[in-house]
Amino acid sequence: MSYRDITWQGLWENNPALVQLLGLCPLLAVTATVTNALGLGLATLLVLIGSNITVSLVRDFVPKEIRIPVFVMVIATYVTVIQLLMNAYVYGLYQSLGIFIPLIVTNCAIIGRAEAFASKNPWQRAAFDGLMMGLGFTLVLLVLGAIREVIGNGTLFDGANLLLGDWAAALRIELFSVDYPLLLAILPPGAFIAMGFIIALKNIIDQRRAERASKPVKEVTRARVTSQ
Amino acid sequence: MTFKLAASPHSHQRRTTQQVMRWVYVALIPGLLTLMYFFGWGVLWQLALAVSTAFVVEALSMRLRGRTIQSAWQDHTALVTAILLAISIPSLAPWWLIVIGTAFAIGVVKHVYGGVGQNIFNPAMAGYVVLLISFPVQMTSWPLPTQISQFELSFMDAASVIFTGFTPAGYDLEQLRMGADGLTMATPLDSLRTALNHQLTIGEALQQPIFGTLAGLGWQWVNLAFLLGGVVLIKQRIISWHIPTGMLLGLAVPAALAWLFAPDQSVSPLMHLLSGATMLGAFFIATDPVTAATSNRGRLYFGLLVGFLVFVIRTWGGYPDAVAFAVLLANMTVPIIDKYTQPVAYGHGGRS
Repeated sequence: MSYRDITWQGLWENNPALVQLLGLCPLLAVTATVTNALGLGLATLLVLIGSNITVSLVRDFVPKEIRIPVFVMVIATYVTVIQLLMNAYVYGLYQSLGIFIPLIVTNCAIIGRAEAFASKNPWQRAAFDGLMMGLGFTLVLLVLGAIREVIGNGTLFDGANLLLGDWAAALRIELFSVDYPLLLAILPPGAFIAMGFIIALKNIIDQRRAERASKPVKEVTRARVTSQ
Repeated sequence: MTFKLAASPHSHQRRTTQQVMRWVYVALIPGLLTLMYFFGWGVLWQLALAVSTAFVVEALSMRLRGRTIQSAWQDHTALVTAILLAISIPSLAPWWLIVIGTAFAIGVVKHVYGGVGQNIFNPAMAGYVVLLISFPVQMTSWPLPTQISQFELSFMDAASVIFTGFTPAGYDLEQLRMGADGLTMATPLDSLRTALNHQLTIGEALQQPIFGTLAGLGWQWVNLAFLLGGVVLIKQRIISWHIPTGMLLGLAVPAALAWLFAPDQSVSPLMHLLSGATMLGAFFIATDPVTAATSNRGRLYFGLLVGFLVFVIRTWGGYPDAVAFAVLLANMTVPIIDKYTQPVAYGHGGRS
């Protein structure tokens, strides 16, 4: 599989969130704001790259029968590392994401890539696959977070300083001010509805692309051979 | 000579969706008039807002789906959804509330699933639940019935409250909702729930002026008027008796049991039947032909389930009224009800 293919698969064709529908629990739970979405997306991305590289490096030494426990241990190690790093450097975000950081371990997208790709490919490709799959996941999180934050609160990048440092407080954009936030968009049902619309949009785009790709069949004019 | 072969059913009732919906309007009239008598002109403004929003959203959705606008508007289903939603929300609620609710009901709940006849959930109730979850304060701020309110609002005063939040004299909704004793009053069901939470007995709770002779001032008559309209619908064979009867029984039987065993802590069955949205729900909402069960036996089960859920949510749930949640939950069970209550076709199976 070429790097170009891996990119296309991760970002669009086989996107973990939109097509494989993996990791929906954190996806729906933490995307109430763009900042939370970005934080969780980056954490997942880092874990995915690390676990993919490690799994790929040890793939020849792990007996087939116990590969799943081994993969889970590898993933859990990286998640612990990320969790401690976030606790140390982005404490505000660490608190607002809460349980969903340790729960990255259970994100099926990660074990899925370890099993389906990293355990069968050399480490360079596995790392690149982790990067692209992670980016695809993060982008969907960001789009979903942006939609929910705008509809629910009328803001974008609220609380970005928790993740990126004090300068990022300037990133906060207030599109419109609402007296009463549309709670539905911030609560889990809003996440499901918005996710449904994003998947529908992707399907529409795919359909359009397929229509454009299939060239019009050339009409065959039939010669009349009998006269009746 | 050829004989035309036609499959059953051989006799049709030539009644179009349009005619059915027209009967629904007629049957809603007594309830609407009573609602306006007790809660003022606001009801009419909500109706106007809901209907115009429904028209715009329906037209837009049809445009997006590549259909002609007229074909959608002709069957009047969007109009009925708008009217039901307008009746269900507080009469002096701000204008954007009904606009958001109707737009969601028509645009998302109805058209995303494929338009008329394809939706899984009752559009009006889904719109109501979206509003209730998103704006709980506005959705529970029912004004006082005009009889015990200190204020008399004219047609334009109501418009002013809905569009700006204040009457021309400068009162806001919160002040309008105050009784003569200066305390804000909630709806009968809401007051009862608060009283029960404060360890009062039902007898003590019923001392408040919001409760009339039977089941809450204003509300009892609104419910009786909807009951009247519902009976007209059954007489006209627009709806069958199964769902309303099922729902009322499903609500009344558990309520009566609870009341017999713990009369001080539970709401009387009469109160359950004649307050909140019970009658509107039983005759106009749960009977939606698209989202309810199809066979008669299925409809009875569906009605019983809705009624029982209303009782459960009213008694132990977090919200004062429950018809919307109960209908949506029961909508989800419709495929399984339909699967197990499918009547046996003549000549197939059965006991031989």
